[in-house]
Amino acid sequence: MTERNQTEKNSDKSTAARRNFIGAVAAAGGLAAIAPGIHLVQVSQANTPPRPAGEAASKAVRWGMLIDTTKCSSGCNDCVTACATENGINETVKDARQGSQWIRKIDIKEVKTGRSHSLPMMCQHCANPPCVDVCPTGASMKRADGIVLVDRHICIGCRYCMMACPYKARSFVHQPLTDQNPEVPRGQGCVESCTFCVHRIDKGQQPACVETCTKAGHNAMLFGDLNDPNSEIARRVAQVTTTQVRADLKLDLGVRYQGI
Amino acid sequence: MKIEQYTPAEERLFYILLAFGGLVSVIGLGAAYYMEHFGHVVSGMTNQVFWGLPHVFGIFLIVAASGVLNVASIGSVFGKKVYKPRAPLSGLLAIIMLAAGLFIIMLDLGRADRVLIAATHVNLTSVFGWNMIFYPVFFGVVGLYLWTLMDRRMHGYSKAVGVSAFIWRLAMTTGTGSIFGFVVARQAYQSAILAPMFIIMSFAWGLAVFLLVQRSMYAWNNMELHPSVRQRLKNLLAIFIAAVFYFVVVYHLTNIYYAKETAFEHFILVSGGIFPVLFWGGYIVLGTLLPLFLLYHPAIWPKSGSVCAASILTIIGGFCLLYVFIIGGQAFPLDMFPGMEVSSTFFDGVVGTYTPSLPEILLSLGGLGVGFTLTVVGVRVLHFLPQDDLAKLQDAGHAFD
Ligand code: SF4
Ligand code: SF4
Repeated sequence: MTERNQTEKNSDKSTAARRNFIGAVAAAGGLAAIAPGIHLVQVSQANTPPRPAGEAASKAVRWGMLIDTTKCSSGCNDCVTACATENGINETVKDARQGSQWIRKIDIKEVKTGRSHSLPMMCQHCANPPCVDVCPTGASMKRADGIVLVDRHICIGCRYCMMACPYKARSFVHQPLTDQNPEVPRGQGCVESCTFCVHRIDKGQQPACVETCTKAGHNAMLFGDLNDPNSEIARRVAQVTTTQVRADLKLDLGVRYQGI
Repeated sequence: MKIEQYTPAEERLFYILLAFGGLVSVIGLGAAYYMEHFGHVVSGMTNQVFWGLPHVFGIFLIVAASGVLNVASIGSVFGKKVYKPRAPLSGLLAIIMLAAGLFIIMLDLGRADRVLIAATHVNLTSVFGWNMIFYPVFFGVVGLYLWTLMDRRMHGYSKAVGVSAFIWRLAMTTGTGSIFGFVVARQAYQSAILAPMFIIMSFAWGLAVFLLVQRSMYAWNNMELHPSVRQRLKNLLAIFIAAVFYFVVVYHLTNIYYAKETAFEHFILVSGGIFPVLFWGGYIVLGTLLPLFLLYHPAIWPKSGSVCAASILTIIGGFCLLYVFIIGGQAFPLDMFPGMEVSSTFFDGVVGTYTPSLPEILLSLGGLGVGFTLTVVGVRVLHFLPQDDLAKLQDAGHAFD
């Protein structure tokens, strides 16, 4: 079993207590910093403490992402490039339809009004993920902290999860791979999707796409703990109107959109 | 059991058929290995249409496997005498077709080498997971059923085991239909009607396959089916064809009027290129109207070959229907943003195209080859020719019940 495969249901109480403590400290820092507003990124980073090796992901946390489509422009592809670099998605495919896309930019236009938006689309890290429900082997799984992953050592490549995912978030690896990032196992014949850069989160970092979007000054993506009322993302979700794509399916998504 | 004597010509034909079936199966295996080695890049499948021709063939065989057992069920569960001598052949074909269908589906997995994982890590919230239990038990129950039919000492159990097999296969086909029925994400599926629809489809396709095999066996032995038995079986086939048609109509009507999936229905029935052609031309005309005509026209159905032709047409219609259902259902883009036009580098909002590649075709045919080979061997070794003892039936007074 890989470390990523740990989905321990009952998280250790002392761990939870420690996380709450960290959360409280972060909240205090947040309160101090909230007025200038400029430290918001630091606040949300303070809310993503690293997960020590060997410790299970915490149920107290629900990782999520908020995407402000008003700040995302149609031509920009920075998040997609960052994802490909981080996760070693570098293979060349003859037929683009057979290539993996963990994150992609979608341009949408309202038919009636002509209003258009551009947004990144990736695995929505559903709280009730259909991909996990249908997976015959249990390779598709949801970690305690809400991150949906595929264990590529168990996946048999049946592609049933692709049938079940309403967001076309999953890709099937159609060919042999070389030059991989050792932290991100991928493999021919398996299905894969956005991991929220779980290997980075566990080190206390932000997902590569979010980091890049922020560094480039677009600030269209925000990552953090939806369960922590003091986190920047939880506050924003509480304040502004956000949308879950295909909310009618009631999948309780980890990725929320603002401005559509 | 009677020991059959074969003429040298028959011996030769048997080995020729065996060699032919074996060759097709081995080529199928080779094609699967090729796809496994180079990856599915060598297939026509993509990240939008990821279940291709092998799924159409595999699912057809698995569905028909359950239906072919119907003949045995009518004999033993419902006590109809005409069907009883046909029960062993029906059981044998059920096992063989399920094996052939699984052969295709398993070899089309991205990691066919991990098939044992699929058997040992069963996720019970997954319909696929249930099927991992349905299939092996089906083999077991039908195998046991065959034993009770073939071995006189076991005859007493044949009814009880027959009933279990009957119930089990209904559950199994419900499971196959539910693979699609539980997919809420897609316009084509997510419908409760799919489970009963698959059961009815299994009846029609299974009986059509049975009639073809039976006909070949009779021809091989220079025998003719008794006209009364033939009439009974052809009427049954016609009823099943009509029932499938009814379900297909209801399925599309509910999609249009209740689920309001009009864009999808327009695509499948009118504007979607190959799919409307296969639906109307393949399923409706060739697979439904024509066989019904052959089976009911008073001047045609008594003619030799008419039931056989109707069976072949039913099978062709079944393949067309499944192709439209499985491939068409994926080709139509997911509607993530209702009321919006979408575009992306990942072909969002674009109709997916799919052309099966040679390895996929060979793998699919390989599955048929496996089924054919096993049938040739099984029929010869186990002597499964249905023999009607009509005098006895008539004496007992229920030749026609
Ligand atoms: S978006 Fe798709 S892949 Fe991601 S958790 Fe939901 S169903 Fe699974
Ligand atoms: S492709 Fe892999 S992850 Fe997806 S359902 Fe099949 S086994 Fe599970």
